[in-house]
Amino acid sequence: MAKGDPGVTGRGRRAAPRSRKGATGDPQLVQLLTADGERIESATGPDGTEYRVDFTDEEYRGLYRDLVLVRKLDAEATALQRQGELGLWASLLGQEAAQVGSGRALRTQDMAFPTYREHGVLYCRGIDPIMPLGLFRGVDQGGWDPNEFKFNMYTIVIGAQTLHATGYAMGVHMDGRTGTEDGEAVIAYFGDGATSQGDVNEAFVWASVFNTPLVFFCQNNQYAISEPLERQTRVPLYQRAGGFGFPGVRVDGNDVLASYAVTRHALDNARLGQGPSLIEAYTYRMGAHTTSDDPTRYRIASEVEAWQAKDPIARMKAFLTKQKIADDAFFAEVDEQARTESVHLRERVLAMPDPEPVTMFDNVYPTGSPELDVQRAQFTKYMESFEGSAH
Amino acid sequence: MATETLTLGKALNTGLRRALENDPKVVIMGEDVGKLGGVFRITDGLQKDFGDQRVIDTPLAESGIIGTAVGLAIRGYRPVCEIQFDGFVYPAYDQIVSQVAKMHYRSQGKVRIPMVIRIPYGGGIGAVEHHSESPEAYFAHTAGLKVVTCANPQDAYVMIQQAIASDDPIVFLEPKRRYWEKGPVDTEAPLAEAYPLHSARVARAGTDATVLAYGPMVRTALDAATAAAEDGRELEVVDLRTLSPLDLTAAYESVKRTGRCVVVHEAPGNLGLGSEIAARITEECFYSLESPVLRVTGFDTPYPASRVEEEYLPDLDRVLDAVDRTFGW
Repeated sequence: MAKGDPGVTGRGRRAAPRSRKGATGDPQLVQLLTADGERIESATGPDGTEYRVDFTDEEYRGLYRDLVLVRKLDAEATALQRQGELGLWASLLGQEAAQVGSGRALRTQDMAFPTYREHGVLYCRGIDPIMPLGLFRGVDQGGWDPNEFKFNMYTIVIGAQTLHATGYAMGVHMDGRTGTEDGEAVIAYFGDGATSQGDVNEAFVWASVFNTPLVFFCQNNQYAISEPLERQTRVPLYQRAGGFGFPGVRVDGNDVLASYAVTRHALDNARLGQGPSLIEAYTYRMGAHTTSDDPTRYRIASEVEAWQAKDPIARMKAFLTKQKIADDAFFAEVDEQARTESVHLRERVLAMPDPEPVTMFDNVYPTGSPELDVQRAQFTKYMESFEGSAH
Repeated sequence: MATETLTLGKALNTGLRRALENDPKVVIMGEDVGKLGGVFRITDGLQKDFGDQRVIDTPLAESGIIGTAVGLAIRGYRPVCEIQFDGFVYPAYDQIVSQVAKMHYRSQGKVRIPMVIRIPYGGGIGAVEHHSESPEAYFAHTAGLKVVTCANPQDAYVMIQQAIASDDPIVFLEPKRRYWEKGPVDTEAPLAEAYPLHSARVARAGTDATVLAYGPMVRTALDAATAAAEDGRELEVVDLRTLSPLDLTAAYESVKRTGRCVVVHEAPGNLGLGSEIAARITEECFYSLESPVLRVTGFDTPYPASRVEEEYLPDLDRVLDAVDRTFGW
């Protein structure tokens, strides 16, 4: 668990925007850990904010452990789908740093609104990783309690959750829970494709005019299934924020330290009452959109290889090794924990019972429905008519 | 008992005021609901008395209204959203159908969305296009939503408060052409003792044929019954009030006595509520029926230009014509 103080300074201290590049050109990134594992002391955002982190060795190791565990559990889920145990899986491969960095930047009281790919954030929120597998196996539709874990249900309709996050953040503000250091903040996750959705743009408008304590966290993984970023935008996504009246920043989404620093800063601004902001975590979806997708039809191997060289875990391992923060025994121990947890996950998925058919009638309405009660009774009677037969 | 004479619109306004008074978590949100009091003045004076954090003028985006209301509901609020006109609800359709309706189900009961979506609906006011539609079937077809509609000031006053107090997400359809009709409203009777929200009610007793109507068509059906009585035919009129779940208990009982049934609504007939109601009545009252269940509805056209809407909308004569036909079988 990383609890380091990001130690950021306020906005506007140093106005030194670098030249801005095209949507897919060499991105202007806030980066604190290079692809080779070199530590950068501090990085400056487009509005002059200076980002840095000050983690203990234990916290650095904790972040590494998170990254490895999240990737391993994700790989296990992909394998389970390939073996027919899940109907579908949306892998986060390549996006571990953006998710762990932002997920660990959340304070206990902060609320998150995920898409269907935020397995890493879910892990950081302390939710049992078995929970989303119920959804993808088809035994439920996602059953954790959002208020218990401060992490909402997965949302599959693209961008819809950004409005929910905005409304929740309005509620936080109405409850008087902003303006102090222990105030609450909200984070909305979405992807590059979602930025074309009306709901996301409406959320930007709402968050802006109501000055809600909200961080829009866009993982730009370069593809919306098969469609590359150029089909969604002509400007770098973080620059969209300017048109809505709040700050935007692009961070190296494969750098867990920078992802943490930028998110923590944005969340703390939000909780203090300074309103919303947009983070574009520049990353890459190393795998398929979902297990039903075939990315070889729309992208070339050399592109994937180029991103492979920017791997979030490899760079963290290089850093820990060079700085002698961790040794081979530590890495072996983390690998062993990941292996054990993934085996445990697999065993539990295989043991998941199918729900009783009649439970499809449960929870349609909080106060019930006489019509549905009749249908349930008819269905039950019908099912009972098969009792004792081979069906 | 304190009975006042109120218009249906004022009864809604008074009911909303009561709801704001009774529960600090109730918030009203929509376009122009604040200083203006809504284009029909249903929220008149509420922002002035309860402040702009309880009565919120929103940006002009319907999906945003419903989507942010979902977040407020998750936060513990009870949002009452106003959609300005029926024809403007469609930008919010995804949020209503895919999010509002399913949250409780998907979360296995852990998340409740106690939201009311108020929609002025129906025609007859000489409006331009998109201002006269009857979208109730879209919502009644969606599991997880409840749909109700009021037909008189007393019901408007009570039902809006019941809907707000309910933990279900409810689409609350307001018959806009009846906003200005007056009637007695008991504003002091306790809500807990009021007639249940999801129950139909006999609006006029009769013996010869049953007319089922809701919302703006209840008045039309009652007028038809008055005219029929002059010809010596007693029509029983049932105000359905709740469209999802449907409550056809009173209708079944009535049709089993009369043997004849006519369903009336403004919405197009094809796959409208009348289709479902006719199927259920046929199933439940088969041996009592003297004729098929007939429907008097809007036609399967887009809502027409207002100069011909009186011909599009069911009226007294078309209801009586259908009643006559049930006797001709």
